[in-house]
Amino acid sequence: MNAPQADHLKAVSDAALGEDEQAAQNYFDQLISEDSRVEPRDWMPEGYRKTLTRQVSQHAHSEIIGMQPEANWITRAPSLKRKAILMAKVQDEAGHGLYLYSAAETLGTPRDVLNQQLLDGKAKYSSIFNYPARTWADIGAIGWLVDGAAICNQVPLCRASYGPYGRAMVRICKEESFHQRQGWEILYELSHGTPEQKQMAQDAVNRFYGPALQMFGPPDEDSPNSKQSMAWNIKRFSNDELRQRFVDMMVPQAEALGLTLPDPDLKWNEERGHYDYGKLDWNEFKSVISGHGPCNVQRMQRRRAAHSEGAWVREAAAEYARKMEAHNAELIGA
Amino acid sequence: MSDTTQNTREWPLWEVFVRSSRGLSHVHAGSLHAPDATMALRNARDLYTRRNEGTSVWVVPSDAILSSDPDHKGGFFESAQGKSFRHATYYTKSEGVKHL
Ligand SMILES: [Fe+2]
Ligand SMILES: [Fe+2]
Repeated sequence: MNAPQADHLKAVSDAALGEDEQAAQNYFDQLISEDSRVEPRDWMPEGYRKTLTRQVSQHAHSEIIGMQPEANWITRAPSLKRKAILMAKVQDEAGHGLYLYSAAETLGTPRDVLNQQLLDGKAKYSSIFNYPARTWADIGAIGWLVDGAAICNQVPLCRASYGPYGRAMVRICKEESFHQRQGWEILYELSHGTPEQKQMAQDAVNRFYGPALQMFGPPDEDSPNSKQSMAWNIKRFSNDELRQRFVDMMVPQAEALGLTLPDPDLKWNEERGHYDYGKLDWNEFKSVISGHGPCNVQRMQRRRAAHSEGAWVREAAAEYARKMEAHNAELIGA
Repeated sequence: MSDTTQNTREWPLWEVFVRSSRGLSHVHAGSLHAPDATMALRNARDLYTRRNEGTSVWVVPSDAILSSDPDHKGGFFESAQGKSFRHATYYTKSEGVKHL
């Protein structure tokens, strides 16, 4: 029996391909060169499978950890409407995590293994979620800048060569645009409120703008794996291309908010037809991603606590399912 | 990490199919884990129809699905090939004749 999703295909090593494997490799190469899609039960090079498993599961972990800074504000949202909106957004992020774990699983690694990698601290997630949400305005900045950067990154991933990943991204992108708009609106209301509220909005933008630009990953010259991902049609644009696109979109959006972006070097370049922008603090990025950001420890502690506090629910549900199955078997036997 | 490693006996995997509106077929939306069919259906509703994407949902145990083998590269579908006469476009003599 061949389930479309749950398959655990044997990965074939690239080295010493036999005749069959060579034919399989040729077929894979052809799919990629035709910009077609690779589906779960197709043969694929081990490197492709590994790269995707890492990328998709890290993406899933990011969605799950990413719920924390925002969930912290659900009880403190300034109105019932804002509370309902924020809950819907956080619930969406949980959903995104689940879509992506489903896609990752089709590559052959079971869900509990992926989850355990996160709990054990062996898997990475986006470093942006290691920053705290200090004020209500930060919830606005997260929606506008963090979800905005995520959208910019994710829209091209809808065309990723791996079918289940692309399909998950289509679903996610449809939901993300509400996330960005609600964030922008939070900032808009604050920036059109009292001077203190406007300052709070500006502070939030000042805190999140740089880290949001870093979400696209290191500069192209320091991102050696990007080339291979692009050759496999997983990645469609380089980190710097996407970052530039994002900066170009953010400038007019900040103007419409009446806020400024914290970059003295930000300037329209007539010749390039793009905004020039200043150097980002990559030392900070490296330090946060390797565990020294303001909230890394807290995020992991919370995740582990949530997992173990939920153990009784999982046990009860499994036990109920077992009992019902036994009960039904008895009825059939009677 | 014994605390987090126990109870990881995985819930089975289910495939989710959603009918987006009356008159259309159910279409595969994705998959999820759930301990039983009832929970699978509820989880499917929460996961795949948060924005009125569906008027009906099916869940099917993943291991109950039998699929064709992609390694047989087209062999399985061979009998459909080379039979262009099954398509209306094969018949060209009637070009210019209306309503045909
Ligand atoms: Fe998301
Ligand atoms: Fe989002």
